Amino acid sequence: MGSKLKNALVPKHEILDEKKSEKILKFYNITPNELPRMLKSDPAIRELNPKVGDIVGITRISPTAGNAFYYRLVIEG
Amino acid sequence: MAVRKKIDKIEFRLFSSKMIQKLSAAKIYTPNTYDEDGYPIEGGLMDPRLGVIDPGIKCKTCGGRLGECQGHFGHVELTRPVIHVGYAREVYLLLKMTCRVCGRILIQKEELDSYKLENITPTESNAIWENAQKVSESEGKCPHCGEKQVKIKFVRPYSYYEGENNLLVTDIRERFEKINDEDLRYLGLKVRPDWLILSSIPVLPITTRPSITLESSDRSEDDLTHKLVDILRINQRLEENINSGAPQLIIEDLWDLLQYHVATYFDNGITGIPPARHRSGRPLKTIAQRLKSKEGRFRKNLSGKRVNFSARTVISPDPNLSINEVAVPEIIAMELTVPEEVNDRNIEELRLYVLNGPHVHPGAHNVITPIGRKRIMEENKEEIAKTVTEGDIVERHLKDGDVVIFNRQPSLHRISMMCHRVRVLPEKTLRLNTAVCAPYNADFDGDEMNLHVPQSEEAIAEADILMKVQECIISPRYGKPIIGGRQDHVTGMTLLTRDEVELSRAEALDITRNTVELPKGKKRFTGKEIFSLMLPKDFSLEYKGKQSRVKIDKGKLVSGVIDKEGLGGILLEKLFTRYGSDVSREFIDKSTLLSIRAIMKYGFSVGIDDSDLSEEALKKIRDITKKAKAKVDELVQSYHKGELRIIPGKSMEETLEDMVMAELSHVRNAAGEIAEEYSRHTSSLIMSRSGARGSLLNLTQMAGIVGQQAVRGKRIKRGYNARTLPHFKKGDVSSEANGFVASSFKMGLTPTEYFFHSMGGRESLVDTAIRTARSGYMQRRLINALQDLVVYPDGTVRGDTGVIVQFNYGEDGIDPTNECYIEGF
Ligand SMILES: [Mg+2]
Ligand SMILES: [Zn+2]
Ligand SMILES: [Zn+2]
Repeated sequence: MGSKLKNALVPKHEILDEKKSEKILKFYNITPNELPRMLKSDPAIRELNPKVGDIVGITRISPTAGNAFYYRLVIEG
Repeated sequence: MAVRKKIDKIEFRLFSSKMIQKLSAAKIYTPNTYDEDGYPIEGGLMDPRLGVIDPGIKCKTCGGRLGECQGHFGHVELTRPVIHVGYAREVYLLLKMTCRVCGRILIQKEELDSYKLENITPTESNAIWENAQKVSESEGKCPHCGEKQVKIKFVRPYSYYEGENNLLVTDIRERFEKINDEDLRYLGLKVRPDWLILSSIPVLPITTRPSITLESSDRSEDDLTHKLVDILRINQRLEENINSGAPQLIIEDLWDLLQYHVATYFDNGITGIPPARHRSGRPLKTIAQRLKSKEGRFRKNLSGKRVNFSARTVISPDPNLSINEVAVPEIIAMELTVPEEVNDRNIEELRLYVLNGPHVHPGAHNVITPIGRKRIMEENKEEIAKTVTEGDIVERHLKDGDVVIFNRQPSLHRISMMCHRVRVLPEKTLRLNTAVCAPYNADFDGDEMNLHVPQSEEAIAEADILMKVQECIISPRYGKPIIGGRQDHVTGMTLLTRDEVELSRAEALDITRNTVELPKGKKRFTGKEIFSLMLPKDFSLEYKGKQSRVKIDKGKLVSGVIDKEGLGGILLEKLFTRYGSDVSREFIDKSTLLSIRAIMKYGFSVGIDDSDLSEEALKKIRDITKKAKAKVDELVQSYHKGELRIIPGKSMEETLEDMVMAELSHVRNAAGEIAEEYSRHTSSLIMSRSGARGSLLNLTQMAGIVGQQAVRGKRIKRGYNARTLPHFKKGDVSSEANGFVASSFKMGLTPTEYFFHSMGGRESLVDTAIRTARSGYMQRRLINALQDLVVYPDGTVRGDTGVIVQFNYGEDGIDPTNECYIEGF
């Protein structure tokens, strides 16, 4: 089986660097605790070797918004 | 954000009999409640140690008075133990899983040892539960002591048999007591299984089952008290019988009765046993019944509550009201109040209301001063009126212009509750403009609606700005107008804006009175000119209406007829997006008034002759029907010969069915075309063409042919053996024997046709009934899941703790009532 990340139905997942993460938290005026979560073992990010506490940026293709952005906090599991 | 404490975990456990006794403020042992003087008996169910329900008495346990003392639990010690019905199944499983002699789990020691006892996972203990049952089911031997096991039978709701023998509850308890704590940890249990057997039961505090004193000074006890009396009575009798050495059979009967009463004390809706009844024959409402279902504590008192400052009555239409208004009967307006603070501008007015008192319309009920609240009455109204000063709050009657929220159930979407302005009028119904029926889904066949009066300045402002009817013209569901002219409005406007309409000044004045101003000096008006008076002067639009292309140039209707698309569709939508809600409201108010006057001027009625067709047209329809029937026969023949060309992926039968269906539905379409072509210019046709009411299909069915009836999307096939009705020969495959209705409603249906039509009709009735039930349940689940989500000013959707759910509302941040993005989806 090939990489799951390459399937057209899986939106783009990327681990944000510290600077970008900071920016997101500042923009929404939140702590990481207010972010939606995802498991470290989630198939969509497993190959990216995420660390607990990383913020994953998800870019979804939307018929109305073009690109829709979403962020999740990586948690243990 | 509020300070939050994190709950680490919540664990639900059982009480042991010891804990029940420790919790108890009083041991209850006698079924008698009051002595001859009417005082509660110690040790009875109304024992004063269980709390207070009478004012002025202090609680014997905590010393609190009524309202301070929450009540205290008591307990009953049962003469013989009984099963807890809520755990009857768990008792059964545990009996199956453990050895009948040594009490160990019926699993090999080696297998048990393979699990780590310190941290056993739920999956692992589930596996143990599963495996442990196998030995006794196959009547194998205990792997620990070698005893042969006997199959356990469970008879709902609370009987157990080992082979043929009835297992007594005391035997079960004995077995459970033998199960060792280590084994319980393998099973993931944190409670002793013998706690599933009740030897004491808690008695609810009297505050939870207060007795009520009737007018005749009789006491009437709560159902739970009745139930507890039953338990105590049987408990006492059982004890007496045991002490007097009664035969085992009698004791077991009483014991079983005790089990029944304790079980129904918890839940009086157990299947398999008759519900315990009140003397009057009404089933008792015991603990489970208090909580469960629509009438239970959760849905009746916690998810929904009764409110003050509300009214409900029958609704009726009033075209002279603005869509923003609601007519409130004077008697309701004198009951509902709005608190208004007295200031230098309204003091004279409010003083007048106080002077009018509570029983004359613009009156008032209460004055709230810094000292307190005073009720205005006939006797003291003059005096109070003199003392009214700035800063006081007067609770005055509802009056014209007040802001209220109007609602019709089922409140399925947000526009089921909209903000209206009050018009206090005589008579006894709440009245609304018919253009606002659509969002409420209201009609006037006896519908009732609710009215709520916001009580603070903030609430009033919020309702007025966010919920006003004119702000809700565009539906948030599909981005098009939901409020607007309909039915007679559409017909009337269609009649008025026909090309040939010309009116004298007098006629035009009659139609436009009180709505729009006619230009001075002009003697004759076309209908289109009158319509144009309602449009903004710089409004241009071209669109395809239901019956013609409509061209509006600089506020003038140049060509085309105004129909549904104009009164409630694209024209209104463009007005709303370009000019806003005020202009749109004015347009709806005026256009509906005008169109009603127009339809009354011309007159409009429907007669049976609307569905008359010429002999020629009827003959054409008959020919088509005959041809189609012949074609169907032909198809059936070739099916029998096996010559039918099979549609890929379908069987021979399915292919025949499809082709027959296609042929017959073609008949109705063709008949519809003929009906339209030949029908005269009737009222029915005007209505269906303008989109006011009715479709071409309705007309076709009345004048031409009703067509194929379907059940479950197929032609009618079932009924009797090899035929649909006894009127046909067995194996009749003709179209009329399978639900094809060749008659029209006008001509009348034959008995068999009528029956087939009823079958189709019944199906659609059943479908709607099921659909509403199902969607109602789904709605409830969605509401419970989503009720705390809020869209923040930055466009994020967050939960009640501030957790982000969406980073931009709906992924794109679009509010469909404000944008035209919906086009093209
Ligand atoms: Mg109705
Ligand atoms: Zn107390
Ligand atoms: Zn054993």
